[in-house]
Amino acid sequence: MKSFVVAGTAVAAMTLANAPALAWEPTKPVEIVVAAGAGGASDQMARMIQAAIQKHNLMKQPMVVSLKGGASGAEALMYMKSSDSDPNKVLIAYSLIYMLPLSAKIPFNWRELTPVSVIAMDQFVLWDNTTLPYKNVKEFVDAAKASAQPFKMGGTGSKREDHVLTVFMEKKTGAKFAYLPYKSGGEAATQLVGNHTASNVNNPSENLEVWRAGQVRALCVFDKERISYKTKVTDTQSWNDVPTCKEEGLDVQYLMLRAMFLPGKVTPEQTAFYVDLFKKVSETPEYKDYMEKQALKPIFLTGKDMVKFLEEDDKLNSSLMEEAGFVAK
Amino acid sequence: MEAFTLLAHGFVVLLTWKTLALMMVGLVLGIFVGVLPGLGGPNGVAILLPLTFTMDPTSAIVMLSCIYWGALFGGAITSILFNIPGEAWSVATTFDGYPMAQQGRAAEALTAAFTSSFIGSLFAVLLITFLAPGIASFALQFGPPEFFSVYLLTFCSFVGLGREAKHKTIISMALGLLLAGVGMDTVSGQLRMTFGFSDLLRGINFLVAVIGLFGISEILLTMEERLALRGHSARISLRVLWNVWKDMPRYWITLLRSSAIGAWLGITPGGAIAASFMGYNLAKRFSKDPESFGKGRIEGVFAPETAAHASGTAALLPMLALGIPGSGTAAILLGGLMVWGLNPGPLLFVEHKDFVWGLIASMYLGNIVGLVLVLTTVPVFAAVLRVPFAAIAPMIVVSCAIGAYAIQNAMFDIWLMLLFGVVGYVFKKIGIPLAPFTLALVLGSRAEDAFRLAMIGAGGDLRVFWSNSLVGSITTLAFILLFWPVISKAVGRVSELLQPAKRTG
Repeated sequence: MKSFVVAGTAVAAMTLANAPALAWEPTKPVEIVVAAGAGGASDQMARMIQAAIQKHNLMKQPMVVSLKGGASGAEALMYMKSSDSDPNKVLIAYSLIYMLPLSAKIPFNWRELTPVSVIAMDQFVLWDNTTLPYKNVKEFVDAAKASAQPFKMGGTGSKREDHVLTVFMEKKTGAKFAYLPYKSGGEAATQLVGNHTASNVNNPSENLEVWRAGQVRALCVFDKERISYKTKVTDTQSWNDVPTCKEEGLDVQYLMLRAMFLPGKVTPEQTAFYVDLFKKVSETPEYKDYMEKQALKPIFLTGKDMVKFLEEDDKLNSSLMEEAGFVAK
Repeated sequence: MEAFTLLAHGFVVLLTWKTLALMMVGLVLGIFVGVLPGLGGPNGVAILLPLTFTMDPTSAIVMLSCIYWGALFGGAITSILFNIPGEAWSVATTFDGYPMAQQGRAAEALTAAFTSSFIGSLFAVLLITFLAPGIASFALQFGPPEFFSVYLLTFCSFVGLGREAKHKTIISMALGLLLAGVGMDTVSGQLRMTFGFSDLLRGINFLVAVIGLFGISEILLTMEERLALRGHSARISLRVLWNVWKDMPRYWITLLRSSAIGAWLGITPGGAIAASFMGYNLAKRFSKDPESFGKGRIEGVFAPETAAHASGTAALLPMLALGIPGSGTAAILLGGLMVWGLNPGPLLFVEHKDFVWGLIASMYLGNIVGLVLVLTTVPVFAAVLRVPFAAIAPMIVVSCAIGAYAIQNAMFDIWLMLLFGVVGYVFKKIGIPLAPFTLALVLGSRAEDAFRLAMIGAGGDLRVFWSNSLVGSITTLAFILLFWPVISKAVGRVSELLQPAKRTG
């Protein structure tokens, strides 16, 4: 435990308080499994965690990032599923754990894994290109309704979060969109800037750079309340200046979890180690910076609270998928 | 000019002993991972990425980009010596590089490969230096129809310009396209051809196929010839180097053409892989002696290597300016940048001038240092060929297996690689070319996605492929190349008819 004590300030205090509880520790390098491609939001988060752990010496063993983005992330899910009782693999999960088994009939159920903690909630924002004349949701929706050719909406993957949001926008407004599924959020962002699509529903992190460059416009955020960060991100706007879609008359809400899972059949001591580890990560300045920069909603759930959250979230996602008609027969 | 001042500043940042030492370390590591087949650039950079977390950003990026250059150089070594391409773009280097090695001209081929790599990169770096801001907006013009037209161009040029019988090229390409469809389909979100096997979920990895098709099948063929190959000693001296360099100016058109193609396809998002094939095919098409290609012609090494490196270097530009990585290695590099809070995007060039120009300066330095380094080690690599086949073959097979396994940490991939080894052996026996197969495997699913997205966007109207001058000209060019043999024959016939007419008239 000595190395922890020298690690630094808040972290050290935490560690001292919890030190006796740490009975188990990894004896091999820990693999952090990313269910998406290089450079995507999950990959960035994994690199942040890797760097935070290394800088603050939170774990003796090194952490390696393992990209398993094949088959839209199904590769990572099956990999975790087949790694029962291996405590050296952690998955960064997002809503694909609910959606992929439904849409593509992947034989996977998140209940077979061991939930560790929910570490953030990700937002969705409706964006359009700044060269288009639609300055708010109403103008945009009216134009989409009036257009003879359906507006092109870019997004990541098919029958996933972005596609579901698009279907619900169609249901609420009566406008029709031609949904273009790209391989990544980054691609969806570039295609919007190049005017190949009229809009997308990217996460804040995916469109951050092009927003700051003034190439895209944030129309509204799909949440009950505005994003809390008030520091200016572009020349004129902070995340907090982006209205909610409900304020703008488009009553659609969706948040996506970012959570850590271990494979099934690990011991409670092993799980406890990781709960503690990610708790410490969530208190590092790297994590806090990251949350603000990517406009993520801070949250830390673990144990029973997390399972309860997951069950409710699963129910919600399943009903959305059902209603959108994306459940494979 | 502003670019010069900024670049000079970049050099000042870099020219310290510490940075130069890091550069050497990065290059050596890079060559090492490039030489191991299948480990290759992306995996190598991924493994070495955490090494740089404790460094300051400039040192870190210099080290990483040098690993990248090293891997690019290293990929040529296995292609030439063992017929095993390390990266997708090294495939075309095997066509003439490997026959040269078999003829005892390994040192010559390696020198040619390294030198032309250097020229290609230099061309692309110069381009980046002067055109960086403007190129980003060119890349933005690429939507689904434009992407598809570029892939179509590559496929068509293969059929139209290839030396092999057309129907065999098409059979090979069609098989590649079929296998490219295995796994998750992005557009519909459904699984295809996985037959319930979770190992097939992620699809058939291109590198696994290539290692088997080229590497393992080569071992099988050599075994059939009773291990009687490659006792040749590769004569290595400064004279070889000098001879190759003396010959080079004769091929200036090939070098320039390949550099231009490489740079253009590198900047075109996603085009980098096609570059080396196109460079090779065009060199062959415009050569006075196309029959000698594939039999150990030095021009056949110059052409793809120059194009591959021009595109590998130019591929960094869309990555920095748009956040679209042009290759697997560039994608890992992208992840590395984000750790230091350098988010690729249009503002990177404005907000992090120091970093961007430091990186560009490191491209110049890294390439020069890299060239010296690899040239001095040519004798070492060429000496490998003097080891008896019976001793080296098991080592190659083992390193192929490690490479195939390392790509996705999957035992299944080793079996797949062996299967492709047998397929490659059979293909070689019945004369079906392997290159169209690998090309279709690597570009097939992207071409399909681009086509379907274009169709969704245009409501199923095929005229979208002629909807603006950019996509229209690429598509038209594709069809011209597809029917090139017919067209060139027709042109020949017409001029034949005209000539006697002139004489009599």
